[in-house]
Amino acid sequence: MIAFGQFLEVLIGGLMSGVLYSLVALGFVLIFKASGVFNYAQGAMVLLAGLALVRALDLLVANGFPLWVAVVLAIGFAAVIMAATAWLIERFVIGPLVNQDALTLFMSTIGVTFVIEGVAEMIFGSDVYPLRLFPTDAWFLFEGLFPGGILVNKLDVWGALIAGILVGGLAIFFQRTKTGRALRAVADDHLAAHSVGIPISWIWFVVWLVAGLVALVAATVWGTKLGVQFSITFLALKALPVLIIGGLTSIPGAIVGGLIVGAGEKIAEVYLGPSIGGGIEYWFAYVLALAVLLVRPQGLFGERIIERI
Amino acid sequence: MSTAKVAMTTEAALVLSVNNIEVVYDHVILVLKGVSLEVPRGGIVALLGANGAGKTTTLKAVSNLLHAERGEVTKGSILFDGVEVKSLSPNDLVRRGCIQVMEGRRAFAHLTVEENILTGAFTRRDGKSAIAQDLERVYAYFPRLRERRGSTAGYTSGGEQQMCVIGRALMSRPKMILLDEPSMGLAPQIVEEIFEIVRGLNIKEGVSFLLAEQNTNMALRYASHGYILENGRVVMDGEAPALAANADVKEFYLGVAGDKRKSYRDVKHYKRRKRWLA
Repeated sequence: MIAFGQFLEVLIGGLMSGVLYSLVALGFVLIFKASGVFNYAQGAMVLLAGLALVRALDLLVANGFPLWVAVVLAIGFAAVIMAATAWLIERFVIGPLVNQDALTLFMSTIGVTFVIEGVAEMIFGSDVYPLRLFPTDAWFLFEGLFPGGILVNKLDVWGALIAGILVGGLAIFFQRTKTGRALRAVADDHLAAHSVGIPISWIWFVVWLVAGLVALVAATVWGTKLGVQFSITFLALKALPVLIIGGLTSIPGAIVGGLIVGAGEKIAEVYLGPSIGGGIEYWFAYVLALAVLLVRPQGLFGERIIERI
Repeated sequence: MSTAKVAMTTEAALVLSVNNIEVVYDHVILVLKGVSLEVPRGGIVALLGANGAGKTTTLKAVSNLLHAERGEVTKGSILFDGVEVKSLSPNDLVRRGCIQVMEGRRAFAHLTVEENILTGAFTRRDGKSAIAQDLERVYAYFPRLRERRGSTAGYTSGGEQQMCVIGRALMSRPKMILLDEPSMGLAPQIVEEIFEIVRGLNIKEGVSFLLAEQNTNMALRYASHGYILENGRVVMDGEAPALAANADVKEFYLGVAGDKRKSYRDVKHYKRRKRWLA
């Protein structure tokens, strides 16, 4: 029973941290789906959103605003910053590069990454800023069932809750709204979408805005976990295996991929670690991704490439 | 009658007039070398010619989609419904009633048939019930689409996809549809069916068509007027029956030889001579 309790604890902890990877991966999926661009800058956008949020929050609290007012205003400010970023990127990077191939666009997002990182740290500073939006203490569940109970971090639970709401919201947006339908149309064939009167530049702005807002949500959770700091941009690298496993074009895929990576690496660390040496957590996800690439290149939930012959 | 008034009446009679346009791709490749044509309100006009003659480019110049492919109208003017097209974005044009159905049935593969059709209503601001009504109208013209409404468009047949994209264009309530090569890669029976629907839309809905086709025979049966493009120039135009009866058109585009069958070399000679004369 102790062993099972421990397994459950590892599994739950892993799943919960997997959800946090999913939050970052979601941003990638949104932009890739709509414009075929692999947005390397997603990690930098999480950093930018986090910095804008935490700095505005600190400033407002220091000026005597009540906490909840300060939180609402700071989130609003960060959202405006993300909207401005989306507009600038569409206007000056993605817009002029229309009809270039995927590699060119990918390279341009690498450039965007450096610009965002530089400008964000220039404006908001480059220290580690602690963010306290969610409780970070732990719950002990099922204490009657297992000795000592199962430790669950409250922050992880919040993260899972928020991710759930976000995915639900995005699913409704994509499937049920006119703009969502137009987004999917642009993703399929942007020139044909153009020809039926869907304004591409507007759609791309909306996509980058939504990705920016997803980055903001990710920033609230990750910022609380790690503090808002430069290393958040490297989350982008952790999102990569999540995307490959789940499929670059699937929102549920990003979630399931995140869960698999999160749970997989924790379980591997705890149960394989002692026999083949520690540090498995750092590379396990990439090995898993490689295996998926060999068996199912479009990922578990990726769109099958439809081609009529 | 004053000249201004005359100009106005001819303008009202034309839904589209293209005046001597030149199109350049990538700043260097001259594709259209002075094309002029007119589409009367409520007419079907065929734009004929071989591969690479400039049919698609002409249509894209009208719908303003050239920009996305690094093309540019460098000379001449295009008036749709009396308004210079150059100053309008593709979505402005769709809103004003000029929509292109692109070559190769560009249905959105991962959307369902119904979602595909609904994307055509993106520019409309007249409410859900009006759009639902028009969706019914589209299904009335294409009963087959109603049966397939829930299927993913990428898995439907070529004919169904062609119907789907025409239906999609109809949702924008167009005055004119620029229809690019609707017969491409379809069985003759399906082509016939689609052309019949085009005629029906023309008569019942009053939609004008500018129809780019390689299938000269079929296009001239349904159009009232035709233009023949060759190497980016209009080399011939006229009433459809007259064109269909023309010896050169028969020779080059309909594949019907005159009294005695000519060899391929004769055709080449004949063609070269004709070109020199033109």
